[in-house]
Amino acid sequence: MWGPRARGPGRGLLLALVLGGLLRTGGVEVEPGGAHGESEGFQVVTFEWAHVQDPYVIALWILVASLAKIGFHLSHKVTSVVPESALLIVLGLVLGGIVWAADHIASFTLTPTVFFFYLLPPIVLDAGYFMPNRLFFGNLGTILLYAVVGTVWNAATTGLSLYGVFLSGLMGDLQIGLLDFLLFGSLIAAVDPVAVLAVFEEVHVNEVLFIIVFGESLLNDAVTVVLYNVFESFVSLGGDNVTGVDCVKGIVSFFVVSLGGTLVGVIFAFLLSLVTRFTKHVRIIEPGFVFVISYLSYLTSEMLSLSAILAITFCGICCQKYVKANISEQSATTVRYTMKMLASGAETIIFMFLGISAVNPFIWTWNTAFVLLTLVFISVYRAIGVVLQTWLLNRYRMVQLEPIDQVVLSYGGLRGAVAFALVVLLDGEKVKEKNLFVSTTIIVVFFTVIFQGLTIKPLVQWLKVKRSEHREPRLNEKLHGRAFDHILSAIEDISGQIGHNYLRDKWSHFDRKFLSRVLMRRSAQKSRDRILNVFHELNLKDAISYVAEGERRGSLAFIRSPSTDNMVNVDFTPRSSTVEASVSYLLRENVSAVCLDMQSLEQRRRSIRDAEDMVTHHTLQQYLYKPRQEYKHLYSRHELTPTEDEKQDREIFHRTMRKRLESFKSAKLGLNQNKKAAKMYKRERAQKRRNSSIPNGKLPTEIPVQNFAIKEKDLELSDTEEPPNYDEMSGGIEFLAGVTKDTASDSPAGIDNPVFSPDEALDRSLLARVPPWLSPGETVVPSQRARTQIPLSPGAFRRLTPLRLSSKSVDSFLQADGPEERPPAAPESTHM
Amino acid sequence: MGTAHAASEEVRELQGKTDFSSDQIEHLHWRFKQLSGDQPIIRKENFNNVPDLELNPIRSKIFRAFFDNRNLRKGPSGLADEINFEDFLTIMSYFRPIDTTMGEEQVELSRKEKLRFLFHMYNSDSDGRITLGEYQNVVEELLSGNPHIEKESARSIADGATMEVASVCMGQMEPDQDFLKIWQGINIETKMNVRFLNMETMALCH
Repeated sequence: MWGPRARGPGRGLLLALVLGGLLRTGGVEVEPGGAHGESEGFQVVTFEWAHVQDPYVIALWILVASLAKIGFHLSHKVTSVVPESALLIVLGLVLGGIVWAADHIASFTLTPTVFFFYLLPPIVLDAGYFMPNRLFFGNLGTILLYAVVGTVWNAATTGLSLYGVFLSGLMGDLQIGLLDFLLFGSLIAAVDPVAVLAVFEEVHVNEVLFIIVFGESLLNDAVTVVLYNVFESFVSLGGDNVTGVDCVKGIVSFFVVSLGGTLVGVIFAFLLSLVTRFTKHVRIIEPGFVFVISYLSYLTSEMLSLSAILAITFCGICCQKYVKANISEQSATTVRYTMKMLASGAETIIFMFLGISAVNPFIWTWNTAFVLLTLVFISVYRAIGVVLQTWLLNRYRMVQLEPIDQVVLSYGGLRGAVAFALVVLLDGEKVKEKNLFVSTTIIVVFFTVIFQGLTIKPLVQWLKVKRSEHREPRLNEKLHGRAFDHILSAIEDISGQIGHNYLRDKWSHFDRKFLSRVLMRRSAQKSRDRILNVFHELNLKDAISYVAEGERRGSLAFIRSPSTDNMVNVDFTPRSSTVEASVSYLLRENVSAVCLDMQSLEQRRRSIRDAEDMVTHHTLQQYLYKPRQEYKHLYSRHELTPTEDEKQDREIFHRTMRKRLESFKSAKLGLNQNKKAAKMYKRERAQKRRNSSIPNGKLPTEIPVQNFAIKEKDLELSDTEEPPNYDEMSGGIEFLAGVTKDTASDSPAGIDNPVFSPDEALDRSLLARVPPWLSPGETVVPSQRARTQIPLSPGAFRRLTPLRLSSKSVDSFLQADGPEERPPAAPESTHM
Repeated sequence: MGTAHAASEEVRELQGKTDFSSDQIEHLHWRFKQLSGDQPIIRKENFNNVPDLELNPIRSKIFRAFFDNRNLRKGPSGLADEINFEDFLTIMSYFRPIDTTMGEEQVELSRKEKLRFLFHMYNSDSDGRITLGEYQNVVEELLSGNPHIEKESARSIADGATMEVASVCMGQMEPDQDFLKIWQGINIETKMNVRFLNMETMALCH
């Protein structure tokens, strides 16, 4: 996963920079490789620690952090109570203690450079790229208010209150002025995206609440950056030299920084979308573009001293739709996993190093009043700010924020590594009490992450905050969501309002008409619809459950041939039970055994030149030899397995769905006989469907327009879905016979799949009836011969229908939905 | 009616009936006249003049809802030929945000109202039942607006959706029970809202 391509070309650079940044170990001697100074003659083995030291240490730290993560999750009890971030901080403290005990130098600390350049961007990019856009923009007003006004409020009140207390003399004698307090207030005010994400991901509050806290933590970056920069420059100017003009400049710079950062992000998102549109032939580096271009947006806005977090957030938010549509399925998976891995790795390292950084007696300056009051003020003012703003917001919001939500909002204001990195960045020359600020920040971060992180879960449970429900995506929900959008925008149109729905409607229209045309591949434009996606997903799930069920029953082991796995990108793991695993394993073993059998069988019979045997062989070859062919590509660095036809997948799904519907309807009809109208309707439909769908069902050679190259997978999938008690469907069988004959007379031109050859279709039924891999090779032979004696009459096929039907055509089901009564027991195929 | 609405008494009367504020009624009345071309009534054709609606795939269903006697609370079935301003307001009031301070019963009531409106929209033959066929029709119509979904896909999606519904209810949907079930995942009182002009002032008044 840490492949150089996924990380982009910046990796070497990254390591080189991390060397200088992360580690403050003196004397990095990088010797040129191969040359070994003043060696006496050639040494077989040399010990070159200094040569590899830095990358080695970094790799070790990463390893330690990752291992620690494994360790935490060994005990489910611990991780369900204590958030991982808190555990990591504690671990960091322990490790820091060990390191300190060893050499009494704080050799490893979290430096701002490393944090801002390497650890933060992946986390923010991940947040932006997987941002639920609709939710985000739906609550944008609320988020912005909290992010801008809330942060300014927090900074101002905290800073001023601390200054007030300082004037009262409670803190003792400090070399500190009003501006220093405000500077401290501005860096401690911002809610931290990393901490919020880490804690809230485990809490599962409802999505509106989550997006508000999280969105705030992302968008308040601009405010923090501006406030920080303004006050820092004021501090270095000296309090007396600050003029009104400077203040105005500060306000102007807020707009420049935030809007500029956003603009940079949007521009790079546009670029990225455009680039991925043309990566068809370089699929393998596709994921790299996503990372490199987003990272460039971050660096660019950093270079222009704009808000880098905003830039990369909006880059992710804006490009996600187009990029996800443009890149291939595999690339999308790669991007997803790489991004998640980088983000969660960065998060782990951040929290661990926060802990480690705290173990350094030289930075600790204790001032009880200052530390405690800071804690009190940030909590209290956060709560007050939230209540005030929510009161304002609730006048305008359709969905009101209840008092309980406000409690969570206030309590969820976690501070984190951003504050720490900012405070470390302070110039000790100008800010005299830097160490006090640093220690206080560490205490605040630890308090919010550990204490609040620990208690927020029980709090949420105790308050009965509406939790997020993780349900399966349901087609109807998506559809109704869509219907709602249309209804509401229509009502707004009619009533002449320009509201949220109106804007969304217009935007999506604009997007469809212009943006998507420019930024999306033509093929992607078509297939990219959310409803279609949900549909696709549901079908995929069905298919998986069929396969899993089949495997459990031990009759469909062949479906797990690697070719199928690659085709659908199916992940079997979630369903695997121990039983299933062992059974499928056994069966697969059997398959290979049978493979040898069949080969020898084939050898023996070659003299006879039995065509059917050839076909049988081909069938098996399909399952057994294909993997080798496909692995061939893996030798190439630039090519992966050829992209498969998505249309094909879809076609299968259409058929699956239709079939299920039909089988369901037939069952339904049996129950509701008196619903005459409905029945008539359905019959009509079935009739219509039958007519319309026969062509694109199964006979690709007949209708070249619908050029679905049907591979064996189709057949297999259909097979698995077949509930066995459809034997009596005479209509279907007759139809089937017709189809078979048709197919037999057709030449399989354009189909490179031996499975789909006319004769073989017949074989398959026999093979399926007595699966060859379940019986010794010899028993297959009689059935092969017997095949010729089977008359091609519908009656004879009757026996074979269970598997035969589906392997040949779904359309038989359409016929099945005729007037004659179905057995009511016909199960919905999901339950098979 | 038309011009008579300027009279504040009438406005107040409408206010009592529909719970709109007088500002909103003024605005809606202005819009009503715009749509009707200064006539006291609106006919179906008038809606065709709204340019933004052209792209709406289910516009015919929405138009129909405006003339549906059940929505107008005028009768158990059938379509009105024309609606006056009061009817217009009645329809619009289905989309008012629910005021959560009103108390449990009120909320439940307006929730039911909203659901009924949707139900009537789906139930095109006014028989009080949504058959699977009717449902499928709506879904297909809904998808027909998207040029990127082919007919075949649209149909199979409709099939899939019908299947899903069918697993919840038996053959047909009746209001209040089955229909509720399929809308379960959608928080109707928070979604079926349109922010009418001057909503802010109104929320304050309550």
